[in-house]
Amino acid sequence: MTKLDLNTIRLSRRQVVALGGGAVLAMASMGLSPLTALASPKDAKKMLADLVGGAALNKGRVHVKLPKITDKGPFTRITISVDSPMGANDFVKAVHVVSERNTLPEVASFYFTPMNGKAEVTTRIRLKKTQVIVVVAEMNDGSAYIGKGRTKVSLGGGGCG
Amino acid sequence: MTSKPYVKIPGTATAGEIIAVKTKLKHPMETGWRQNKNGQTVPRKRIYKFLCTFNGTEVFRADLHSGVSADPYLMFPAKIPGSGVLRCTWTEDGGREFVKDAEITVIS
Repeated sequence: MTKLDLNTIRLSRRQVVALGGGAVLAMASMGLSPLTALASPKDAKKMLADLVGGAALNKGRVHVKLPKITDKGPFTRITISVDSPMGANDFVKAVHVVSERNTLPEVASFYFTPMNGKAEVTTRIRLKKTQVIVVVAEMNDGSAYIGKGRTKVSLGGGGCG
Repeated sequence: MTSKPYVKIPGTATAGEIIAVKTKLKHPMETGWRQNKNGQTVPRKRIYKFLCTFNGTEVFRADLHSGVSADPYLMFPAKIPGSGVLRCTWTEDGGREFVKDAEITVIS
């Protein structure tokens, strides 16, 4: 009897691995993924749709300047500029920066006014690994423009970003 | 932890000139995920809001999240209509504020 029980319970290494994989998949599908999980391009897209409010994303007008390669992932200099006259009736309302491979996709949002004279901002962001940074500019008339930049992080990134 | 704000602008400008405002705040920007030497999680404490006003009117505003580096540095342009005071305010988790003023005079 005991022998039979053991036989039914015993699993091969291959089966155990399969079971473990199944459990992880189940967790992910239930939204219980651990905090160390990374954001995906899908999350970034969803986040942008929420921020812009469903407006169509046109290409152009947004210029993202990032280093091609960096060994300081937690301190990556980014310069964003948007082609706009920045007059009282035509100006850039907001610029949203979203990461595709950090722990959380949101990075920063910048809100401009005609008092800026020029739509440009420079800051430093955290990059956990090699990835694409997506920037969306929201105009005062409701239209939105998208721009992208990519940086290769040569060392282990880090900085929790 | 001492947090020191810096605002760097030229002292003088002509009316309508676009100047570059360089701001920095010494701040660790804890994300709340890091562990210290004893294995305890360091609580989240970061700058989540930045506001720049010129003589009381808003010039530039930013929402900062976990993706912004420690010692948040921001450089942005500002169009100067006349002499006045440029005030930058950083808000930390918990409501603590850091304020720094910079004066500018317009010469013809």
